Amino acid sequence: MENEYAIQVRGLRKDYGRVEALRGVDLDVRRGTLLALLGPNGSGKTTVVKTLSTLTRPSRGSVVVNGYDVTRRRNGVRSSIGMVSQFVALDRLHSGRENLVLLGRLQKLSKTNATRRAAQLLERFELTEAADRPVKTYSGGMKRRLDLAVSLIVTPPVLLLDEPTTGLDPRSRAVLWEAIRQLLGEGITILLTTQYLEEADRLADQIAVLNDGRIIALGTAAQLKQGVGRERVAVVLSGPEDFRRAGDLLVGPGLTRDPETRTISLAIDGPSRVKHLLDVLAEHRLAIDSLSLTKPTLDDVFFALTQRASDPPDADSMPARREPNDELGALR
Amino acid sequence: MTSQTQTGEGLARPDTRTKLYWAINDNLVLIGRHLGHLTRSPDQLFTALMLPATLLLLFRFMFGGAIDVGNTAYVNYLVPGILVIGVTMVAVSTSAAVQSDMQEGVVDRYRTIAMADSAVIVGHVVAAVVRATISLVAMVGLGIAVGFRPAGSALDWVLVAGTLLLFAFSLAWVAAALGLLARSADGASGLGLILMFSPYASSAFVQPETLPDGLRGFVEHQPVTLVVDTVRALLLGLPAGNTGWYAVIWWVVILGVAAPVATRLYHRRYA
Repeated sequence: MENEYAIQVRGLRKDYGRVEALRGVDLDVRRGTLLALLGPNGSGKTTVVKTLSTLTRPSRGSVVVNGYDVTRRRNGVRSSIGMVSQFVALDRLHSGRENLVLLGRLQKLSKTNATRRAAQLLERFELTEAADRPVKTYSGGMKRRLDLAVSLIVTPPVLLLDEPTTGLDPRSRAVLWEAIRQLLGEGITILLTTQYLEEADRLADQIAVLNDGRIIALGTAAQLKQGVGRERVAVVLSGPEDFRRAGDLLVGPGLTRDPETRTISLAIDGPSRVKHLLDVLAEHRLAIDSLSLTKPTLDDVFFALTQRASDPPDADSMPARREPNDELGALR
Repeated sequence: MTSQTQTGEGLARPDTRTKLYWAINDNLVLIGRHLGHLTRSPDQLFTALMLPATLLLLFRFMFGGAIDVGNTAYVNYLVPGILVIGVTMVAVSTSAAVQSDMQEGVVDRYRTIAMADSAVIVGHVVAAVVRATISLVAMVGLGIAVGFRPAGSALDWVLVAGTLLLFAFSLAWVAAALGLLARSADGASGLGLILMFSPYASSAFVQPETLPDGLRGFVEHQPVTLVVDTVRALLLGLPAGNTGWYAVIWWVVILGVAAPVATRLYHRRYA
């Protein structure tokens, strides 16, 4: 049973009536690692998590969690996983402590052990002070932390987190990230879904990009960001004519044009490339209103991924890419 | 950190107990959860008591004088009907509670751990019977305070309790099924109206003999009327004939349909 992979998904398809939520997903998650499933709303992330957690049955394909098949060995799967769904799954009238003890007792802990374990987890997730207040008085961040704590009452070998930080303030997000790192340190295997590239970047060993029910890319954060650049620069041109001319002049990876706001944005390999860009614009007497630098977003990664197949970037046409693209490696 | 300390010491004890032991454990834990709601959200129970209490006072002091029920005081006629209304109000709150559990994802959590599935609905049903019992005791007390003078023997009271508990138990399964059927809170309260109005079209307030023919036929034979008539006959020491048996058969059959339907609906949500 001790298999190298804690999660193995092969050819997973799921349709709800005529709607195809998943159209053939393959995934392998090595034990003790974190795989981030990155994708926009409606891409099928939650369906993957629901299938892994036995909440929904696969229409086709095989899904094995901790050595147990999700259709034939449901109870094996259920004993192997902890799950935090997108919607807080807590009894709002009961206190945090009572929620923990209740779930402990449903997982075959004695009352004493469940109580002791609850106290440990409340402390670990900084909830001791609020432990005996009803959950309905908790903030969003506290509820998420408690939700995660509840899924750990009996330490599972596999943890499934469905958008655990969506809608959280930065502090709560940081607390959750820290907790997730600690769990990885303890050898737990984690599958996490997210809409934020940054989150995947910080936590994941592997990132799988899910779009429209299919995995369109799989790799490390560095691999995915190749072609998107480390950063993006956006310039707002002064007038429509300048915008048009600049649009013809600039070519590059992940380039987007927005006539509405006269904004052109493209990927660069580092802030030093901004000077190149400004030089090129000045050379052609193109005036700009503003310039900004941003980190690549999920949109940029998607754009790059969907572009790459059809439109391979032309290395020479974009001024900012005239030199060989070796900076990524050098900076790492 | 070793895995022993992660899970707490001694937690990974070998599971030598039977499946049945754990099923009972899970049922008790979830029954405990719902009973905990009684003290934490007393307004839920309060709401379920308000309506029968108000109706009792309203009919006792305002409308009752205008209703002739033969050779007993109207309050004696009224209280058995109020008891039944109390039970149906509890069932309405059960529908809402089941629906909100399904909605809020609490049940998803239960579904992802290895526990007895049955406990989820059974917890709600048993808690409903407990709430119904509280309501029944309260309404008998209030009834006596406003002049209700029952004539039944101790045995009659035992039979009354048995009939009403069977009624409460079966109706709780119906309520659970409606709660599972509802797709939203509004849907649940809409379906709850069916339960709520069932005692109004019964012999709870007036004698069916006074009703127009078509309605009378329905009212005399519908299962809620059978419960009201049985309880009334027992408490007032009147001849009941076979009414009691019909009531028991009806509600056992309803239970026999509602319980498997509720269970199926629960599983259907996870196709």
